[in-house]
Amino acid sequence: MGGPTAPAASAAAAVTPARRTGDEAWEAVFHYALLAFFAAIFLGPLVVMIVSAFKDDELRLLKELGTWKAFVPTAPSLQNFADVFRRMPFHRFLLNSLVVVAGIVGGGLVVNSMIAYALARLRFPGRRLLLSLIVGLIIIPFEGIAVPLLLEVNRLGWIDSYHVQILPFVAHPFSIFLFYQFFIGIPKEFDEAARVDGANRGRIYWSIILPLSRPVIATVSILQALEYWGAFLWPLMVTRGETYRPLTVAMQTFFGQYPRDWGDSMAFATMMTVPVLLVFIAFQRWFIQSLSSSGVKG
Amino acid sequence: MSKEGVMAVRGRATPARRPWPGRGEAVTAWLMSAPALILLVLFMIVPFGLALGFAFSNQRLIPGPLPTRFIGLRNFVRILEDPVFWRSLLNNFAFALVVVPVQSALALFLALLVNARRRFIVAFRAIYFVPTVTTMVVVAVIWTFLLSGDGLVNAILRAVSFGTLGPYQWIEDVRLALPAVMMVSIWQGVGFQMVIYLAGLQDIPAERYEAAQMDGAGRWQQFWHITMPGLRNTHIFVLVATTVLAFKLFTQVEVMTQGGPLNATQTIVRYLFQSGFRELKVGYASAMSVLFVGIVLAISLAQRWLLREEREVA
Repeated sequence: MGGPTAPAASAAAAVTPARRTGDEAWEAVFHYALLAFFAAIFLGPLVVMIVSAFKDDELRLLKELGTWKAFVPTAPSLQNFADVFRRMPFHRFLLNSLVVVAGIVGGGLVVNSMIAYALARLRFPGRRLLLSLIVGLIIIPFEGIAVPLLLEVNRLGWIDSYHVQILPFVAHPFSIFLFYQFFIGIPKEFDEAARVDGANRGRIYWSIILPLSRPVIATVSILQALEYWGAFLWPLMVTRGETYRPLTVAMQTFFGQYPRDWGDSMAFATMMTVPVLLVFIAFQRWFIQSLSSSGVKG
Repeated sequence: MSKEGVMAVRGRATPARRPWPGRGEAVTAWLMSAPALILLVLFMIVPFGLALGFAFSNQRLIPGPLPTRFIGLRNFVRILEDPVFWRSLLNNFAFALVVVPVQSALALFLALLVNARRRFIVAFRAIYFVPTVTTMVVVAVIWTFLLSGDGLVNAILRAVSFGTLGPYQWIEDVRLALPAVMMVSIWQGVGFQMVIYLAGLQDIPAERYEAAQMDGAGRWQQFWHITMPGLRNTHIFVLVATTVLAFKLFTQVEVMTQGGPLNATQTIVRYLFQSGFRELKVGYASAMSVLFVGIVLAISLAQRWLLREEREVA
């Protein structure tokens, strides 16, 4: 398996050329069997979710859950999806999630890249101290400050709003660090040329550094978007009614209503998951690439 | 974090950096840093300071009849006498002890599986990553469904054991609830680590494998003598990141079991959420937060120490 596989097989072939093709064929079969087995484990639950969302008859749905029919849409119906919209303003929750994630990612790109630019490419007293502070803050887990932060925003009267879900997460020490690492790798010649042409520092940041930074912008955006699309603890603490509630909290509230309606719950889960999966499928190549290129450096 | 190394390299590349004409550089730098800095102070440093302060007080979320006052170490003493806290801590450790090695080993195995040059391999990489882009709340809901009494998991167990195993009430059973949460967490998180391992594998020079083959090393020997040592930094990163995540465990538990049955799946984060938010005991929760931050800090410092060790050797 893995890197050593192919060369190892060819080395063996040098000794016994006759056996080569037979061995390789069996190896391929075995390899694909393993690959397919794990693909089934990772996709199976999501297939059951989507298929169940189309099963309107709750009794039948439960009866089929323990059989192969869990993977087959018997008597497909859109009733569960209609039920979700009848029971809850799903579109409102979707909008809320989108606004919050867009606010965090958009604001974060500006704010985090600016401080990283200053740290990486400008010289000023206090620079090293500031850098140590940012690196130190990476370690502080949000869960450890959630309760006092709740008290703080409560005093500010911010409960149940968009900004209470956005502002605390815009500045993100790890994103600053990723930007910083990328910026110090850009050759100085780029801004020196611009300087000769009379550009000021703000202009160099905006029209030279940022356009060169697409890979790190992609990485930071993906990481932040995944993290806050799924955020649960904080929105659970700071949203009250339906107006500002994001999808995650709404999903849990919906799911927690008894008697549970599995068909409706799966329809909710499907509507929440499939759009993200489509985005992922469309961009998966550089999605995985950009994450793997930045991950280990944390 | 290799910032020192990178800066050293840059220093060599441009030995004589001339100062910028004009004296606005520091002003510009602080102006550009200001927005992030203000946000970090307001939403990280201030609440962290508050946590430290509240930990020694009887602060409540909604002001009660009694004024807030300094009560010394009483919160910490009460936490250490609180069986639910100990149960939570134990659960976090049990979770880390199982999930960290199992998830990391599985991630490495999957990375080796998808690191080969074969048709459709990129599609398999993407498929293994799909659970990671699925929101944890949704994942928890789906698995609650699959783990239910006459659900798919019990049906498969029955089929492969010819009717001898199950059915189990996974989420309601005191012994099975935590393993169920572990299983769900591994299923969701393993794809991310696989990607990290994949990057690590691709950084190992192919010449090392070629040289080993010349010496007649088998595949198993190559794995132990080239692949494993070549992934040293990746191992440390993956192990530390998974351990920290294990201590942050909250969402799966809140959705699947609410910490039950009988606190069998209670965790530190969920317990401090319950104390501070549901029971409004901010002082108590803050003291727990301080202990929690301490644990995460210790894990992160261990990582730094392990990585420094590596650099000195290399």
